[in-house]
Amino acid sequence: MQARRELRAGIKSELPVAAGVIPFGMIFGVVAVAAGIPPLLAQAMSFIVFAGSAQFIGAQLIGLATPAGVVLLTTFIVNLRHLLYSASMAPYLRTLSPACRGLLAYLLTDEAYAVAILHFDSGRDHPAARQWFLLGAGMTLWIAWQASTAMGVFLGAQVPAAWALDFTLALTFIGLVVPALKHRAEISVAATAGVVALIAAGLPYQLGLLLAAVTGITVGLVVQQIGRTRSWSVR
Amino acid sequence: MDLWLLVAGMGVITFALRLSLIMTSGRIELPPLLLQALKYVPPAVLSAIIFPEVMRPDGVFDPSLGNPRLIPGVIAAVVAWRTKNVLLTIAAGMIVLWLYHWIVALTSG
Repeated sequence: MQARRELRAGIKSELPVAAGVIPFGMIFGVVAVAAGIPPLLAQAMSFIVFAGSAQFIGAQLIGLATPAGVVLLTTFIVNLRHLLYSASMAPYLRTLSPACRGLLAYLLTDEAYAVAILHFDSGRDHPAARQWFLLGAGMTLWIAWQASTAMGVFLGAQVPAAWALDFTLALTFIGLVVPALKHRAEISVAATAGVVALIAAGLPYQLGLLLAAVTGITVGLVVQQIGRTRSWSVR
Repeated sequence: MDLWLLVAGMGVITFALRLSLIMTSGRIELPPLLLQALKYVPPAVLSAIIFPEVMRPDGVFDPSLGNPRLIPGVIAAVVAWRTKNVLLTIAAGMIVLWLYHWIVALTSG
């Protein structure tokens, strides 16, 4: 009874978020095909990886014929934030069998985590049936992502190369990054990474990307540290 | 087949990260420096892709107006900044890119 209520609550809470990812699933499908990834493999990325940002970046790198090791290392860095979700979910799921935890880990996307942690922290959940909420939320997003990828792959296969749809990938990233540049630290991260990527673009194996990302993150940490000591010295 | 193995590897890495700490029983505190660094991963990685995509369209650094991606990229950034809407950003960038190609085709033909 509680299980069914939590499952339904999970589905209901995730629905608006799932509707929001549909355009991105479609764009991913279109962009992956435009980058030269075979349609079936593009769909398999949504099924096997099931992590939007890693899939977008992976499609870009595969399109540039990047060596596997660099793609995998980039995937690791981009998805490192899932450690955070994993740590945060652990206390809520510790009574479950390993198989159940495995299934929920597969479904633990940004979007499912965000909805689930809000629900668990709200105090309005049923502690014994929490996993059902996460399952409902995760499955809802999974269905939306798979279906929208399929639509995008189908559309992408119809569009002539002259439309230059591969550029939508860079545009998607611009749309994601620019609004997030609110503080000095984030702006310096983006500017440093961008400039280093331009300078290091000639490095083999797309290593310039990793070098740029690591330099950008380091500069961000330094800028943030300087900002903190300054605000202390003022007080 | 190589690409399938690669995608499988991406899946294994993603799944392992998601599963790792769920399999532990207690509360685990991640180090503050790691948490802070994680916040900077998206702007760092995405900017490292955006800049070369816009400024080096054919693998050559080209900051001139003859670069077909420069104006669409800048306008997309302005739209992203003003609207905070990814779909509008994509639409604006692609429309300007197509207009650019159309104008170039008209003037050279």
